[in-house]
This record gives sequence, structure tokens and C-alpha cells, in this order.
Amino acid sequence: MSNERCDIAIVGAGPAGMSAAIAAARLGASVVVLDEQRGAGGQIYRAITDAPARRVDLLGPDYAAGRSLAEAFAASGARHLTNAAVWQVTPEGAVHYLRDGATFTLQAERVVLCAGAMERPFPIPGWTLPGVFTAGAAQILLKSADVVPVEPVVLAGCGPLLYLLGWQYVRAGVPIRALVDTTSMEDYRRALPRLGGALAGWRYLKKGLSLMRALKRAGVPFHTGAENLAAEGREGQDGVAALRFTAGGKAHCIETSTLLLHHGVVPNTQFTWSLRARHTWDDAQLCWRPKADAWGALDVPGIHVAGDGLGIGGALAAARQGELAALGAMHGLGRITTGERDKLAAPLRAALREHLRIRPFLDALYRPKKANRIPADDVIVCRCEEVAAGDIRHFVALGCDGPNQAKAFGRCGMGPCQGRQCGLTVTELIADARGVTPAEVGYYRIRPPIKPISLGELAGAE
Amino acid sequence: MPTDVRFRSLVPADASPRGEPMVTLFFDGRALQAPAGCSVAAALLANGVSTFRTTPVSGAPRAPYCMMGACFDCLVEIDGQPNRQSCLVAVAEGMQVKTQAGLRSFDGAGTVIAEEAAHVE
Repeated sequence: MSNERCDIAIVGAGPAGMSAAIAAARLGASVVVLDEQRGAGGQIYRAITDAPARRVDLLGPDYAAGRSLAEAFAASGARHLTNAAVWQVTPEGAVHYLRDGATFTLQAERVVLCAGAMERPFPIPGWTLPGVFTAGAAQILLKSADVVPVEPVVLAGCGPLLYLLGWQYVRAGVPIRALVDTTSMEDYRRALPRLGGALAGWRYLKKGLSLMRALKRAGVPFHTGAENLAAEGREGQDGVAALRFTAGGKAHCIETSTLLLHHGVVPNTQFTWSLRARHTWDDAQLCWRPKADAWGALDVPGIHVAGDGLGIGGALAAARQGELAALGAMHGLGRITTGERDKLAAPLRAALREHLRIRPFLDALYRPKKANRIPADDVIVCRCEEVAAGDIRHFVALGCDGPNQAKAFGRCGMGPCQGRQCGLTVTELIADARGVTPAEVGYYRIRPPIKPISLGELAGAE
Repeated sequence: MPTDVRFRSLVPADASPRGEPMVTLFFDGRALQAPAGCSVAAALLANGVSTFRTTPVSGAPRAPYCMMGACFDCLVEIDGQPNRQSCLVAVAEGMQVKTQAGLRSFDGAGTVIAEEAAHVE
């Protein structure tokens, strides 16, 4: 129960957190990295430190790239607290966490939040049925436990992760009944001008297209421009039984007991909201971003953010942002001069620009469809309290003008997930119903503890 | 293979993925095998468990959705403590896992207060 102190506490051991730790430790800081998992890597490099060669080969080169980063992190001298669930970060730099059933507090001079991304909610009819997972969930089963579906799966939605998972499943011998792509030719027409002349962008596009080609070569049936997605159960059965949709002017119904949904990831903003940091609505990525300066520093003094928690940029961008945040934090502590900081930052900024160059294209091409973000009345929005889109529209008609009021009107967002799964949907739904911008509607007021903690565990804290 | 088993391991049952020993845990009294280090949620799915709990509001069946600690749909009772996120807890020898029907119980120190504490004005 001791009150440990350090220069820099880093929350999250994904690419941003590991890179921030390596950079700060190299400059002589005492660094503690806290992460919920049993090993470093975050979700993108999940279980990279103990993955057997066979699995690394199956998952592909982008996953394998995490190994050298994890090794550098292990050798950095930073202290890594595994299985540590951080349930509160205070503006004063106190990091409260739960580990092995006991609560601890770490007092840091600077905190770098590297909480990463989570899957964007995909509220369609039937998305709460057992057997409906996010594509990310399926990939975590593969990365962390070698577990794959038995019966033919259906992948639905859009975005690089969906196609990557399909490619990995083909290599693993997992049967894919269909890839139901919500991307239409119109999306390609809209996105292509944003590709620009950058070579990096074209390389990225080529890589994506080769994944698609591999899936088609493997005989995976493709449906493009899919709309009106709905998961269906069957009488007398608990789980999902089929996916219905329309594509090419035809209605389709494909049977499956495992439906994997994905239409992008969004920043995990639980910590930054709970710190009352300012956020802005990003209309290109359709999500909230905490307002931060060039070093990831929030308007809460001493707290930085790096990686996808700042806005989705991917693993390589996250690593550079982690290093920049470390430089900013060390400069703030007076441990490096402005000249040293800026000299070290220059190549990082150049690399970051290069990694982010593809984003406008990806954001436009895989922009999630409005119908899959702001659903019809009978679709459940808040999975925990089972509040439907129609309930929210009804609340708005009664005078509810924002997410916090939606809690009072019908417990929406008040279940155990604390709004993680419904927050973005509720913001957009209310904005749409009121005819105003999401920025005007705002977000839930997030309060600690942001992870479940029992009375017994709390009572045991100092 | 029973038809309700929806997931399988890519690795033969006698060789755990990380070369780690297999542990025995129990789900509603039924003994299951899983490699040490695997999450409870992955272990249940690989052993044919397709419904983890029912919801407090309508009693609808639920199972994991995100597998990364964000959705809270994988909640189960573990060793007497309700509302545990099974995707974040590693399996352990002799662990007793139970399905969670409707509302969590309010007896004992295991009561989870996160949502209440988080929303008190």
C-alpha cells in the first residue's frame, strides 16, 4: 500500500506508452508504466512478448514489428506494472490503480496517458446477441489465445482491421462465409483525391489492396456497398443466426453463428474526460479528441496524452507521439533544455507527418455510414441499460438536450461500461434529433472510478 | 464435436500455446481446461460457452463483444465476486466461474460500486 513516487507515470503499454517510456528513461527519468494486460504491447501488439514464432508468422509483419519495440521497452529501465487497472488519474498527478485485489497510489511529476483506441460502437439491430463480436475482439482471441471460430464467419463493415483479420483467418484456415463491405464505389470516388501525391499513401493503398486480393483469391465472397445491416437470432436459440442486408439492389440473408463487426476505432477518452480536459469534436473521424499542444500536453497542467487517445493515427504514429510527449514532459520538469527538446523532436515530427499522411484518405474512404452510427428507433444504443434509439429521440422531444440529461431521463450510459459503448452514438443521436452539431451537444460527464472497484478494495486503500 | 462449440484452439489440446501448463477451472460446476495465462473469457468461448450472463433489465442473454475491457458484456462471477470482466482476468487452477443472471447480488464486500460511484453528482 506504499505511496511510490516517480518522475513520469505512463498509463498503457501499447506503442505510444512503450515509446514514451523508452524516450523518458533514456533521458534519465524514473518511469513507471501501468497496464491492464499481463504483457506489454497494447491491443495492436497484444501478447507479442510471449507469442510463439508460428503465431507471429500467421499474424503478419505489422504485428511482428512490435517485437523489437517490446524488447527495447523491456531493456529501457522503466518499471512495468502488469495487470494494473488504473481507476483514477488526478490533475495533481496521483495515479490510483488496482492490482491483485489491492489499491495503490503512484505519485508522478508528469503523467502520460496512452490509453489507445477502442472499437467504434456499431449499433445495428441484433448487435447485442451472443456470437456478435467486434473484429478487434476476434483478433484479440487469435493474438492472445490462438482461439478462432469453428463455423464459417461473416465479417461486416469496413476498414483496414476488418480486411487484415480476414487475411489472418484465411492463413489460419478459418472459413469465411462472406465479407459484407459497407464501402461503396462512391466512397472510393470521394476518398481518392485525398490520397495526394505522397508515396507513403500509395504504398499503404497497395498494401490494403493486396489484402483484398488475397481474400478474393481464397474464394471469400464479397458484397460491397452493403446497407440495412441487421443481425438476427432464431427462435429458441440464444445467439446470432444470420446477417441480413441489402447490396446491389438485392436483399441478402447469410447464416452464421459468428458475426464480426467493425467500422473503425475511436480514441479512448475516459481518462481525459474524467480529468475535465477540453475536447473537440472531429468531424473527419467522427469522434472526440482531447485538446492538446504539440507535445500532447492537455490544458490540465502536467498531464500529456500520446497515441490513438489523441485521435486515430495508427501504431507507428502513436510511437512517435509517445516520444514527443516524453520530450515535452522532460522539458516541463526542467530536465532538458528547449534546444535539446526541439533538436530531438525534429526527426520525430517529420516521421509523424509521414505516418499521418494517409489518414485523410482512410477517414474519407471508411467513414462509417450514418445509418450504422445513428440507428433506427428500435435499435439498442446503451447495451448496459438496454436503452433504444427511439427512447433517446423521445427524451429529446421531452426536452433532453444532451447526454448527461439522457442519464436522468432513462439511465442511458449509467451501466457498468460507463458510456464507453453508447457515448458517441448518444452524442450523435441527440445532435441529429435536435439539428445541432455534436460539439454543441457534448459528452457524458465521466467520473472516477473509471474501472470497477469493490468497496472492499477501496476500503483497503490508504 | 458438439455443434454448439463455436470456437476452437489452433493448437492441439495437449500442447498449450505458450508451452504453459493447462489449468482446470469450473464454469457453473463444469470442469474446463485452458492454458495458463489465457483470459477467462477466451477459456469459456473455447470450451463451448456461448452465453455468459443475462441482463438486469430484460433478462436477455449476453456474451463478450469487445474482449478488451470496454463493453462489460462478459461479466461473470469469479470465486464469489460478481461483475468481474472475464476478458481481463487470467484463468487460475480451481477457479470457480459462474454465469451472472440479471442483477448482481448486493451481499458482501464483493459488491461493485463503479457505476454508482461514478454517477453520484
